[in-house]
Amino acid sequence: MTEFLQQLLNALSLGAIYALIALGYTMVYGVLRFINFAHSDVFMVGAVAGCLIGKHLPIGTWWGGLACLLGAMVVCALLGMVIERLAYRPLRASPRLNVLITAIGVSLLLEYTFQNEHVFGAAPRAFPQVFPQVVWQLGGLTLSSNQLLVIGVALVLMVALQFVVFRTKIGTAMRAVALNPRAAQLVGINPDIVVSFTFALGSALAGAGGILYALNYQSVEPLMGVMPGLKAFVAAVIGGIGNIPGAALGGLLIGTIETFVGGSQLSTYKDAIAFALLILILLFRPTGLLGRRTVEKV
Amino acid sequence: MQFPLRTLVSLALLSLVPACLAADMAPLKVGEIASLTGKEAAFGQSSHKGTLLAIEELNAAGGVLGRTFDLVTEDNQSKAGESATAARKLISRDHVSALLGEVASSRSLEIAPIAQSSKIPMISPSSTNPKVTAVGSYIFRVCFIDPFQGTVMAKFAKNELHLNKVAVLTSVSSAYSVGLAKYFKERFIADGGDIAIEQKYSEGDKDFRSQLTAIKAAGVGGIFVPGYYTEAALVAKQARELGITVPLFGGDGWEAPQLIEIGGSALEDTYYSTHYSPEDSSPAVQGFVKRFQARFNGETPDAMAALGYDSAVFLADAIKRAGTVESAAVRAALAATKDFTGVTGHTNIDANRNATKAAVIVTIKDGRFKFLKTVAP
Repeated sequence: MTEFLQQLLNALSLGAIYALIALGYTMVYGVLRFINFAHSDVFMVGAVAGCLIGKHLPIGTWWGGLACLLGAMVVCALLGMVIERLAYRPLRASPRLNVLITAIGVSLLLEYTFQNEHVFGAAPRAFPQVFPQVVWQLGGLTLSSNQLLVIGVALVLMVALQFVVFRTKIGTAMRAVALNPRAAQLVGINPDIVVSFTFALGSALAGAGGILYALNYQSVEPLMGVMPGLKAFVAAVIGGIGNIPGAALGGLLIGTIETFVGGSQLSTYKDAIAFALLILILLFRPTGLLGRRTVEKV
Repeated sequence: MQFPLRTLVSLALLSLVPACLAADMAPLKVGEIASLTGKEAAFGQSSHKGTLLAIEELNAAGGVLGRTFDLVTEDNQSKAGESATAARKLISRDHVSALLGEVASSRSLEIAPIAQSSKIPMISPSSTNPKVTAVGSYIFRVCFIDPFQGTVMAKFAKNELHLNKVAVLTSVSSAYSVGLAKYFKERFIADGGDIAIEQKYSEGDKDFRSQLTAIKAAGVGGIFVPGYYTEAALVAKQARELGITVPLFGGDGWEAPQLIEIGGSALEDTYYSTHYSPEDSSPAVQGFVKRFQARFNGETPDAMAALGYDSAVFLADAIKRAGTVESAAVRAALAATKDFTGVTGHTNIDANRNATKAAVIVTIKDGRFKFLKTVAP
């Protein structure tokens, strides 16, 4: 029983990170109908930024940790906006496939830029323990403050996102553009601002995910985003791409499956099983768990 | 002004003469493949520095057979597939006389078939998986092999740490890790021990909590982690976070300063077997440590650096005995090596082109590597 609870805690903290990254994929898809493959590298940049900012902060303080987290989120939000402005906006009128290929190009550009010795270097670096770290023993259960922090921060950010999307003017504008970009423009919404805002919001969440991931796994390197990014993408699809609660649900699901398979005798196959599940779900529910069937406009 | 044609031709011929004379005395090209960047950059960098120091010293002493060495180094970024490309490039484009590398067994296994089919002698400084030299008659190594290392650690766990029930956490994507785990298990079970649980991961994994939680539930006295330092450090850190306080132990893949940098205090009460320790008081080791520190800003050489150094000296020794750089003769001389004295001890090459030599056990205390004991073969 203790083992089960411990694994559940491991699953929640891993799933929460996948959920944070998945939200970025799903929001961009909702507004622009394309997959931003550079998103996983924005996640990496978040961790790298945190690593560099953290060096100048005292170790193990709440304000230092929060400053590091906010700093990385701001860096990522700006990066997301710059990527959108330079790489995607000029292509908005061209076929989706062009934008998709460009996204892969941006992803590789970021990965290899950061592998350069003068930028960051390819060797993994230790992530500074910016937040205070405590470990509680509860019966046989070990609660680490890092894991609880991941779950807590992810929850707060998701509630904040829900608020922004459903209770603010810019959130309403986002939903309007997602529903019908033409009509949104007719009622006076500037789609450029909305798209920029969406990228900033999604990238900031990825940045937070990067910090939480690095805090939990303590090493940072330029290719660290590839696997988590891929799994978060799967999470977004499982939840129903374009659907915000779906992305969170998908992330938790993937995290849980991976952790429980990882703790069994089949640990080698944990990724294979997670991806096989994607295929199964899509066979029975092509639009994902919470996705709605929409008629593709021609 | 016009040159008559005949003058031009004779001038051209004259200019060829020194080139012909120099061809025999031109520096001897030796290829090196190392993971200078990427996940196992610490290994590649150390090994490369050792090799570089050896080549520089050999050249300063006039080289061998009157020829100096020209080291051509290729980086494989610690990635699968890159080593094979680098080996082909070194052989076909640079026409190297011998290949030195790689540290990781999986990557040495990429290079070995290419070296074998081109009949270029290859010397791995520190790949310990037995399969590497089994590829063919041109493949050698200057380090001990995993059956020996696995046995040493199994005996150490049983007799020195007094463990009867242990867990094994293996990386399935690394030939080194799988091999080491196999020989450890065989010996530990033969000695009456019990492997309570075996968990697996893949190279590049960062989350080991699920495997470790299962291991914790199995209630073992120690965990054998035959992996590389990046993963070993994370395993140690996450194990301690989960409240696993039992000793962790592994092989020479742990040896890198980054182990302590990433793992920190989680590494107290951990042990690993390796090839050499800079704390060894023998004059060969102390002389090497001094020269290495003088060359590389006071950096203390680790086992990979010592083996990298030995691999180049080992090659030069064989070329000297062969009296030629012709590859078949060099191969025969390498195979006939007996009682070669390097920084990492006395080495004999056996019939399978493996080195027989002693191992060293190192522990980590107060954030530093500490020499524990030497185990003879």
